Amino acid sequence: MLRKLTLSLITTFALVTPAAAAVNIKPVTSEGGLTAWLVEEPSIPFVALELRFQGGTSLDLPGKTGATNLMVGLLEEGTGDLDARGFARAVEGLAASFDYGAYDDTVTVSARFLSENKDEALALLRGSLVAPRFDEDAVERVREQVLSGIRSDLKSPRDIASREMDQLLFGDHPYSLPQSGTLDTVAALSRDDLLTAHKNALTRDRVYISAVGDITAPELAQLMDDLLGDLPKAETALPGPAATNLPGGAQVVEFETPQSVALFAQAGIERDDPDFFAAFVLDHILGGGSFESRLMQEVREKRGLTYGVSTFLVDKDQAVLWMGSVASANDRVGEAIDVIRDEWAKAAATGVTEKELRDAQTYLTGAYPLRFDSNASIANIMVGMQASGLGLDYIETRNDKVNAVTLADVNRVAKRLLDPDTLTFVVVGQPEGIE
Amino acid sequence: MKRFAAALAALVVFSAPVQAATEDVTDHVSNFTLDNGLEVVVIEDHRAPVVVHMLWYRAGSADEPVGQSGVAHFLEHLLFKGTDTLAPGEFSATVAQNGGSDNAFTSFDYTAYFQRVAADRLELMMRMESDRMVNIRLSEEDIATERDVILEERNQRVENSASALFREQKRAVQYLNHRYGVPIIGWRHEMESLDRADALSFYETYYSPNNAILVVAGDVTPDEVRALADRYYGVIPANPDLPKERLRSQEPPQTAARRLTFADPRVAQPYVSRSYLAPERNAGNQKEAAALRILADLLGGGQTAVLAEKLQFDTQTAVYAGAFYNGQSLDATTFDMVVVPTPGVSLQEAEEAMDRVLADFLTEGVDPAHLERIKTQIRAAEIYARDDVQGLANRYGRALTQGLTVADVQAWPEILQAVTAEDVMEAARKVLNPKTSVTGWLMAEEG
Repeated sequence: MLRKLTLSLITTFALVTPAAAAVNIKPVTSEGGLTAWLVEEPSIPFVALELRFQGGTSLDLPGKTGATNLMVGLLEEGTGDLDARGFARAVEGLAASFDYGAYDDTVTVSARFLSENKDEALALLRGSLVAPRFDEDAVERVREQVLSGIRSDLKSPRDIASREMDQLLFGDHPYSLPQSGTLDTVAALSRDDLLTAHKNALTRDRVYISAVGDITAPELAQLMDDLLGDLPKAETALPGPAATNLPGGAQVVEFETPQSVALFAQAGIERDDPDFFAAFVLDHILGGGSFESRLMQEVREKRGLTYGVSTFLVDKDQAVLWMGSVASANDRVGEAIDVIRDEWAKAAATGVTEKELRDAQTYLTGAYPLRFDSNASIANIMVGMQASGLGLDYIETRNDKVNAVTLADVNRVAKRLLDPDTLTFVVVGQPEGIE
Repeated sequence: MKRFAAALAALVVFSAPVQAATEDVTDHVSNFTLDNGLEVVVIEDHRAPVVVHMLWYRAGSADEPVGQSGVAHFLEHLLFKGTDTLAPGEFSATVAQNGGSDNAFTSFDYTAYFQRVAADRLELMMRMESDRMVNIRLSEEDIATERDVILEERNQRVENSASALFREQKRAVQYLNHRYGVPIIGWRHEMESLDRADALSFYETYYSPNNAILVVAGDVTPDEVRALADRYYGVIPANPDLPKERLRSQEPPQTAARRLTFADPRVAQPYVSRSYLAPERNAGNQKEAAALRILADLLGGGQTAVLAEKLQFDTQTAVYAGAFYNGQSLDATTFDMVVVPTPGVSLQEAEEAMDRVLADFLTEGVDPAHLERIKTQIRAAEIYARDDVQGLANRYGRALTQGLTVADVQAWPEILQAVTAEDVMEAARKVLNPKTSVTGWLMAEEG
């Protein structure tokens, strides 16, 4: 029972905000032309390796929704001489761990392996990425698992809200489609569809790489070529920018459950916009900053209307949004939404105070180095930085950028961006008092 | 595909399975006790200038008075309201102003509060945490508003989830007489009547240095921690009226298998869940628990485990099948299994298939190569664990609130390595007894 809510609503929505701290990042380039960021940390005899392939489930071909997700689910189901069970035994025997994930903009691979059997572990990982078998029995088994997950999502208020919001926002852009597909599309996927998805999604010219741990730069350079050199180059275009439909008001999805779950969204801000950091600080004050945020104070601390309310800037490759979420009993969610909309209007009209700005800056800059406290988290942050197009110098300059934000900047951005009229709610449940 | 298994595993086990310390970890751990009885554990990790400060109380939901379920967790929320010197909300605001983050959690056997901050802010954390050990001030308004918050928390965690409601009912069936059968967050009707006096009574009974464990992990030395702990916690007198024992009614011998079915239209994926009452890790006596932990890995710890082999690979009976054992518990714990059938396989068929796998395992015994792989992974887990200092802090805090000692925590990895196939089979024969089983079916509608 955690007192505070930690929402990881939609994974790719989390804003990657890398930290300063004494982290010595080395850029590494392989003979084959692959690049990576490395932090050497030999004190613990293992390596954390992160790969992010750009494109993700957005590369699903028309009518093949869910192909990338199913393909990724099959990467650990056999390669070369090893069938699914053989592969699992081999990985267990080395005590390595490989996690594969499919999201709307990326396919992710998080690997960790011991120094003592690095080469064997990497040979297995390579096989899973470059030459997965897609055996018929494995395809059917994993397909059933994916279908089971989809059926569960269809009965989960939070997943229903997320799916409805994507449909409403993104029209006919791939972002409007569920990442794991639908019952119909997944049932119809063939082995050829998976081979196509594999060729399109795992490409050597669209991969970001980071490594932290007991490994040197020359070793990493060699590792990258061995691991990824045989992957194809990308042949399919990434989807173009997504227009966002934000009609305002609240859309209700009737679902029999005691507590309504609401997501809300309005226009966001590009990461390279000169006002990005002002918006980032404003988001913290409004709803990103946990207990001290205005929304937590107004909705939870003063009125007891929810266990958690939060906002977050969404930075997808093809769309930016400002989003949030709240959950309240059916007879109270209407009031929670009214309070959120009022706070939105109030911040747009009258901005924030000097004290709120100072507190936010102190928190954001102070929390910054705390993130760099493990090999796994540093690897994760570094790969996210690359995917967001941030340079190596970002780490040293990020706190200065936060501190450079003035009250006038925040209040100008609040006026420019916060828009209660287009703030659009999707509410799943049996809410009372919402049209 | 592992993600599926991970999602379901989360449905079944309440707290994460516990790993143990390596020799290397042990080298960085020290512990001592202050004169007032506060136990202190320091875990050094100097890779980053970060520190985790945790205060654990030996008081959880299973220590609550009858009729006040949820009061331990309610009090945890209320500790973020004011003290004599801090306004409501000022605690967390101060942590945030120092670039840190804070939170708290409640379980059956403990309540814990923690902050993650830059190492040079440790003193401020100790000053504030020691203050709210004895000086909270609660207004009637705080009580009313925060009670609404915990009811919304119950809505979110339990009422909105058919499988959470099912797990709650199943636990109540598992524990006839022990408070582990009552949900940590509380039964709704009792939560609704929790008041200021209930919260303060729990606070005054259990919040004192002689009932707490301080764990500090990160970029600190034991000497620094000792000096600060003496200054801030050391001055608080021990509570002479602290109950001498954690008085808990224990389970009687189970003499009949128990069953329940739970139907809810929100269920998309029916499944069978099975549990058996099982011994927990005890101070100086962890051998049987170690065998059970390895048994869970063998039976249902992944793609190559017996349940997956027989039900997901050899036959397409299940989309997922797993087994779980969490030995960290003050009183008797459970050994759990779950089978999620493939479409077209009934819950009855899934349960029968699961029982056949168990019966076969009890006659066929342990595959030595599989046992070896599990031990390799346990060894490696100790290397990986060093990358997560907060995880290590949790390991010690939990253990020390659940009757174990620092020495027990440090001995655990070796005890696991020493488990033999015979130990596993003996534990399996003892615990996996059909007459002492609890079986639950989660379904969309009564079949």
